Amino acid sequence: MIKVFLAILLTGILTDNYILSKFLGICPFLGVSKKVNTAVGMSAAVIFVMVLATAVTYPINTLLVKNDMEYLQTIVFILVIAALVQLVEIILKKYMVALYNSLGIYLPLITTNCAVLGVVLLNVENGYTFGESIVSSLGAGVGFMVAMIMFAGVRERLEGADIPKSLQGLPITLVSASLVSMSFLGFTGLVDGIFG
Amino acid sequence: MAEKKSLAKEFSKGLIKENPVLRLVLGTCPTLAVSTSVESAIGMGLAATVVLVCSNIVISAMRKVIPSKVRIPAYIVIIAGFVTLVQMLVKAFLPQIDEMLGVYLPLIVVNCIILGRAEAFASKNTVLYSAVDGVGMGVGFTAALLLMGGIRELLGAGSIAGFTVFPEAIPPMTIFVLAPGGFFVFGILIALANKVAERNGKPKAELKGCSACPMASTCSLVGSKEACKEETK
Repeated sequence: MIKVFLAILLTGILTDNYILSKFLGICPFLGVSKKVNTAVGMSAAVIFVMVLATAVTYPINTLLVKNDMEYLQTIVFILVIAALVQLVEIILKKYMVALYNSLGIYLPLITTNCAVLGVVLLNVENGYTFGESIVSSLGAGVGFMVAMIMFAGVRERLEGADIPKSLQGLPITLVSASLVSMSFLGFTGLVDGIFG
Repeated sequence: MAEKKSLAKEFSKGLIKENPVLRLVLGTCPTLAVSTSVESAIGMGLAATVVLVCSNIVISAMRKVIPSKVRIPAYIVIIAGFVTLVQMLVKAFLPQIDEMLGVYLPLIVVNCIILGRAEAFASKNTVLYSAVDGVGMGVGFTAALLLMGGIRELLGAGSIAGFTVFPEAIPPMTIFVLAPGGFFVFGILIALANKVAERNGKPKAELKGCSACPMASTCSLVGSKEACKEETK
């Protein structure tokens, strides 16, 4: 049991990193990764929403499957996530102002973040149990954070670099993302190797 | 006559001047993910175009009915409805494409291009113009995907649309169909587009940060100096 959980967790963080190998959540990855502290704030909010969204959508999905309405998954999930994000924002604003100030500002961006909907849909597709789904979301979120923080570090170095004019800005960011992603290719087979 | 001319303009702007992928840098996730081959690029492009055109039409037809406070959730419901339709059609008639696109097919819901066009164009223009805008943007998206898919498939698998182009003696560079190749080809393409734009005196493509984001109006980041303004600089 623990072995399965650990395997799922490591897969999400290292081998199947959501940003670097599944290309989910690229917009915040490119947009909010200029500074390490904003990267941390954004990823913390993503982890929180991912786990919460999975916990909420799992029972809803069971209900949908029971009633032969799987085709409604996409529409139901996106609405649940959107409502959930709004709700979390309202609650944080009212009761946890300190937390709201550090995480809250990132919440609206997360509604249309493909990583959150992606993790929920992939959990269903993989047929995970409730526990496995939660662990997989946690892994996806932590993987998101690892990639964001690493990349923010890389980008801070890029600031002072001498770059050809047409490559400046976005293109060089993408090329360096390619290099970071290449380093993650090194983890291929790691999880199978350990937990085989 | 005048109307015809500007209709053509609405259509063509999505192709080059405001290409959603290479100029506006929207919809990056699907662009990177499904451009591993020409076939999946076409599948994704067409699916997104259908959703874009349909949702643009419906949203523009309902633009006076939807209260502006709840417009984003309303748009999301409309878009998700069409995505579900397309998903069912693809599953029924093109199971191969469905397998290739996998989770990225339902993820069209959160494609920034679609919500972005709904917010920026369909909510302000008539049905006809919105439909044409949708077709133009959709074709532009498909063209950019095709370009990326072509390059990546040619370099990464030595073939185009499944037909082998390179002889056996030249081994394909598999890295181009893997994730790093996607980022790399995309970066180089944007650099090229910038170069061309610069020659024509246009500003270069840049992640517009909040101004391009459809959530900007509801987002509290907009006012905060800490994140947004720093990012958009």
